[in-house]
Amino acid sequence: MHRGITRIVLVLVGFIAAGLLGFGPAQAEGASITAVVTGADKSPVSGVTVNVTNAEGFTGSAETDAEGLATIEVPEPGKYTATVDVATLPIGVEIKGGPERSINVLQGDKKALFPVVPAGEGGDSGGSDSGGILAGITVERVLQLIVDGIILSLIIALGALGLSLIFGTTGLSNFAHGELITLGAFTTLVLNTTLGLNLLIAAPIGIVISAALWGWGQNQILWKPLRKRGTGLIAAMIVSIGLGIALRYTILFFFGGSPVSYAQFAGQPGIDLGPIFVTPKAIVLSIIAVLFLVASVAWLKGSRLGKATRAVSDNPALASASGVNVERVISVVWVLGALLAAYAGVFLGMTQNVVWTMGQFLLLTLFAAVVLGGLGTISGAILGSFVVGITVQLSTLIVPPELKTASALFLMIVLLLIRPQGLLGRPERVG
Amino acid sequence: MDMGFVLTQAISQAIGVTAIIYLLATMGLNIQFGYTGLLNFGQIAFVAVGSYAIGVFMVQWQGSAFVPNLWVAIIYALLLSVVLALILGVPTLRLRADYLAIVTIAAGEIIRLVFKSTDALGGAQGINGKMGEEFYAINPFPQQDRFDFGPLSYTRNDVWVVTVGWVVIALLLLLTWALMRSPWGRVLKGIREDEDAVRSLGKSTYLRKMQALILGGIFGTIGGIFWAVAKQSVQPDSFVPAFTFFCYTILILGGAARVMGPVIGALIFWFLLVFIEQFLLLLIDNGTITFLEPTQVGPIRFILVGVGLMLLMIFRPQGILGDKKELALDAR
Repeated sequence: MHRGITRIVLVLVGFIAAGLLGFGPAQAEGASITAVVTGADKSPVSGVTVNVTNAEGFTGSAETDAEGLATIEVPEPGKYTATVDVATLPIGVEIKGGPERSINVLQGDKKALFPVVPAGEGGDSGGSDSGGILAGITVERVLQLIVDGIILSLIIALGALGLSLIFGTTGLSNFAHGELITLGAFTTLVLNTTLGLNLLIAAPIGIVISAALWGWGQNQILWKPLRKRGTGLIAAMIVSIGLGIALRYTILFFFGGSPVSYAQFAGQPGIDLGPIFVTPKAIVLSIIAVLFLVASVAWLKGSRLGKATRAVSDNPALASASGVNVERVISVVWVLGALLAAYAGVFLGMTQNVVWTMGQFLLLTLFAAVVLGGLGTISGAILGSFVVGITVQLSTLIVPPELKTASALFLMIVLLLIRPQGLLGRPERVG
Repeated sequence: MDMGFVLTQAISQAIGVTAIIYLLATMGLNIQFGYTGLLNFGQIAFVAVGSYAIGVFMVQWQGSAFVPNLWVAIIYALLLSVVLALILGVPTLRLRADYLAIVTIAAGEIIRLVFKSTDALGGAQGINGKMGEEFYAINPFPQQDRFDFGPLSYTRNDVWVVTVGWVVIALLLLLTWALMRSPWGRVLKGIREDEDAVRSLGKSTYLRKMQALILGGIFGTIGGIFWAVAKQSVQPDSFVPAFTFFCYTILILGGAARVMGPVIGALIFWFLLVFIEQFLLLLIDNGTITFLEPTQVGPIRFILVGVGLMLLMIFRPQGILGDKKELALDAR
């Protein structure tokens, strides 16, 4: 019992040490909002009017300067709405995600990002000036969304495969799996921005460190002792919820809440491939993701240890009796799961940005993918990821963009009604 | 700022509006999870329905013949809660515990996202406005600015809100106590212990689980109604899954499947949380701690909740009041 506490204390000490590597707390000053209006290659867009209002009737306005920044002082911390005056934007562009941002100013300066993209490529545009959502269904848009959906699917698949393997071998529904993604992204961020390594070197090292520390280490420190104590599956699930909360807010504590980018490849201009617009980094990252997934599946299907993993998923007691070292298999699964999740984190961090909630937002989508495909099955997790990823993106054709995650969750609930074992799961009693 | 202020803050928060809201939701969770073993991770959905029903009926639909006053709105809110429980329960109550957890948390998020993206329901800005005028109009406390109870000081409205909150809690505790010693309550506990055994005795476990979900959901909705009336504001991003996890922490801290468990849990949880927060702010304020910024105190609260939930679940799953034998939780 005391050894368990010591272990947890050690983990926390580790976090504090990691944070002291050079992340000072944010500076507090008078409250203000800074709107950042930038083009595709992070080039500033000047002369754009940004208005800030709140529910109490405060209004403020400013024009972006040569650096694309417009700072508006606000009277007190609280909720504000920042809106870009679309009439002042250059011709033929729009704000990605719509011209409006809800901003919660806690203290000091809060940044609101307004990425400018060519009109029609906003993807999840608020659509206030495009004449309704349904009006925008074009072949180009559908193709673009399918490409975006495939990229999202790959990220989901990287997380879902690990989640499914951990569930299969240990029975744990790991609610802290999203944090493996976040930790992977932040481990790479520390190597990249604090230690100054180029991202091409930092990312592989970060992913390996994540696999060792957050995968193998987490299993050794927390889950292995819990299995030895005979902690029930529901208790373990609740432990993973607590772990997820603790990890998430530890990251917030050390790194602050604002999204950051890696030092390299941050504002890469996109390229037009016929009707589709995509960044070169997304293409390269997707190819590597496919390689990761194919290698993992081939390893699980072909190698001795992979077969042992599937044997443990199928029946741990029988596998153990047949001479499979179950604990070793579980260790390997945690390493693989954390490795894939860390790569998903780097992928997400490079194509979007690195923020403490990145994994949390993805977690329910991961569960939707795993449940859709069939809990604990390998090919099911990957198939489910593609169904979910493409559904999420295509759903923005007919529902508001904020609801795209909800559409995947809804799809999962409907499928559970019709086919509770998932698309590829074996029919067995789940109720 | 001194130690007295820190203690006063902690005590007033432990019995204040936020603690009451969480306590009501946790008491519902106690019926669902503590007594019946239903792993409802979407209790926030019931709270959101309660809050939004009041917000929409009292502000968005102000003056409509359909909702003449707050009391009718409360009745509608409770009916909507039953409808939500039926919608959630019909597909999920036949599923295994971990599926139920995933589906209920997903349902909670769907509801939040739908509220957030529907302009008729306030959209991303939520609903702000006078939601409880009838409630404040019947405030029997004498007209004076502040009410002092020792070091605690309340406004006239706050005294009324907190008093009603704790009276409602007392009545619902009485109801829980009475129900759980009835044959109906024994069947619920039987479902938690061994569903197949209860089924073999000819009881409809599905029906009982549905009743438990509805009753627990109504408790959560009452918490939501209370939220809207007390805070006069409903924001979609208040209804995040973390709320439900806080409720689980409170429940497990106090002791699941005990009538008084949630009360003890909520009092201690909020006292400790606010005490630690205010104490750290005090130390930062007077320069004892220099390595923290005031903005970093917020995350520390959540880190403590997360670590606390883990430690409780590992070392004392029965909490303060519970019986370990009664709570040998396992997936079914």
